[in-house]
Amino acid sequence: MSDIVIRAETLGKKYTIGHQAQRGRYLSLRDVLMQNARYALIKTRDLFQGKPIIQGNTTENVWALKDISFEVKRGEALGIIGLNGAGKSTLLKVLSRITEPSTGRVSIDGRVASLLEVGTGFHPELTGRENIYLNGTILGMTRKEINRKFDEIVAFAEVEKYLDTPVKRYSSGMYVRLAFAVAAHLEPEILVVDEVLAVGDAQFQKKCLGKMNDVAKGGRTVLFVSHNMTAIHALCGRSILLDGGQIRCDGNSKTVIAEYLSSNHPAGGRQSSGEFDLSKRKNKYLPDHLIVQSLYLADMQGNRGDLFPMGQAMQMCVNVTGMSKYRNAQIAAIIKSQNDQWICTITSGMSCTHIDEPRDKCERAILNIPKIPLLPGTYWIDITIAQPGIGRLDYVERAGRFTVTEADVYGTGYQLTDYFGLIYLESSWKILQRT
Amino acid sequence: MSAIVIEAGRSEKNYWRDLWRYRELFLILAWRDLSVRYKQTVIGILWAILRPFLTMIVFTIIFSKVAKLPSDGSAPYALMVFAAMLPWSLFANALTESSNSLIDNSNLISKVYFPRMIMPAATVITALVDFLISFVILIGMMLYYRFTPGFQIFLLPIFIVMALLASLGPGLWITALNVKFRDFRYVIPFVVQFGLYVSPVGFSSRVIPEQWRLLYSLNPMVGVIDGFRWCILGGNSPLYIPGFLVSLVIIVFFLWLGISRFRKMEKTFADMI
Repeated sequence: MSDIVIRAETLGKKYTIGHQAQRGRYLSLRDVLMQNARYALIKTRDLFQGKPIIQGNTTENVWALKDISFEVKRGEALGIIGLNGAGKSTLLKVLSRITEPSTGRVSIDGRVASLLEVGTGFHPELTGRENIYLNGTILGMTRKEINRKFDEIVAFAEVEKYLDTPVKRYSSGMYVRLAFAVAAHLEPEILVVDEVLAVGDAQFQKKCLGKMNDVAKGGRTVLFVSHNMTAIHALCGRSILLDGGQIRCDGNSKTVIAEYLSSNHPAGGRQSSGEFDLSKRKNKYLPDHLIVQSLYLADMQGNRGDLFPMGQAMQMCVNVTGMSKYRNAQIAAIIKSQNDQWICTITSGMSCTHIDEPRDKCERAILNIPKIPLLPGTYWIDITIAQPGIGRLDYVERAGRFTVTEADVYGTGYQLTDYFGLIYLESSWKILQRT
Repeated sequence: MSAIVIEAGRSEKNYWRDLWRYRELFLILAWRDLSVRYKQTVIGILWAILRPFLTMIVFTIIFSKVAKLPSDGSAPYALMVFAAMLPWSLFANALTESSNSLIDNSNLISKVYFPRMIMPAATVITALVDFLISFVILIGMMLYYRFTPGFQIFLLPIFIVMALLASLGPGLWITALNVKFRDFRYVIPFVVQFGLYVSPVGFSSRVIPEQWRLLYSLNPMVGVIDGFRWCILGGNSPLYIPGFLVSLVIIVFFLWLGISRFRKMEKTFADMI
């Protein structure tokens, strides 16, 4: 037996998509009829030639995967990461034989079970017990295997009492637990898993991660797609970064994740420099004086950028001119969420020991945030300069923007998202026995 | 186990062996369809009995009493109609179920691999079970009319298989087309309704003039129905061999067409569904 279980060579997957050509409004009934007649004729021809149906009258080829080559060794856990639309799911579909590649070949040595969603084929009318058999068989287990693991599955899902209730009466939590429990007890040689861990409550998520870990450590080959970098890091030694259908990076998970995070900009491009030129605008408050000139963001080492992992340090530097002309002028940064929710204001009056002496014309105000307490997401910064009690001198709305990326701030592998509010607090629970 | 090779445009060598390997899935899908079907009904399996039975009564009245068509030999007219009703319902149900099978299970198609042919094939089982249930009526009717079938009754399984194959061929083709063109789901009720009258269900195929009988047998169900009548009514309804052979050829042709079309389109199902 060779040591390579999956070998993909120049895999490609092409989709043909159609566009409705732009044309003016229909002029007459005749045009409409002609248009539809022509359309019907083309469809009929496609029908007999067995060509795929395409809406619209101009077509375009889109390569969802292009030139993908990689090898996976027996017992290796491979993470596949990338932005939405990078081709991760398509790759899994090709590997699990759901769809055929357009170019290239893959050879797979071993039984593959693919888990692209939990609860595939669950039927609401059937009972929990029946669905275990149905779903298990669909995922590739034999009846014997299911019989053997039945009790284990039920215990894992914690649904003993409801085994003979139709699953349509289940709560969504129970449904998902049962579905995952079946999947978790698959024992294929190669397990292909799409983003399925992002289900259920926190406790169950952790249980799932643990189960996945067992599978990976148990010598099985695992291909794992996730947006949860913590999970990828914990489960997979090696990762592939997909970008636009191509492999951009292949190697040690840590390196690949770092590469992914540094390129994972919500605007779609790579990490921006974190510099924002604010000199080309109008100041509403002082028409002939622009005080705020530019803003840049950096980490503690002074590397500029606009991506910061949760809990890491961040520096905001604002270059201003002539601020000292105005007595007692203070600078403030306002952090707002992406949907404009005001999160906090930090003024220099709060935290700066004011130096009330003449200063250079050009100045730099630096705000140090030692630990970003924000949850992953994109945030806006407004910069304002004002004289307390007198009025504003300059106000730059959306002067800059930064993105907080996820990090394991509690050290438990728990994935925090904006679902949990706006910020996280450095804190810990302790549960004690009452005496 | 040997390695699987997935390659662009390559037809799988092990297709038929794979089909066998997935037999458990086939059985469980058939079981699912059956159990879901009867889960939320009040009279459950009675439906399988009522439908053909009531149609048989209506046909007997219209064709025998109103149109005054002759029966086969000395066989009771009702029995002759029911002997055709059975294979016709089997065919119609199997065709209907199998042609919607892929669309109805689109979530499975896009998420799991299995030889897709399992899907339409499994739904045919539901029709077969319905058939077996309504077969009980036939036995009841034979007792009522004190009609004893001949040795031919033992050949009935051959014609049951023939009816299933006759539905599976077009069923496979239509279900594959249905994935691409949803219009085809409207074709089936039409074919079934139309077919009920052009096939010799309510009347004996011997009322067709001799010179047209061969042509009439181009409808594959003519051969199947004649076969059923021969098995059940025996010497009252002798089998018209040339017609039977023509029907058989048509069935085999459609089966080949269905399978080859299906296999050609199969690989793109997940992309289109």
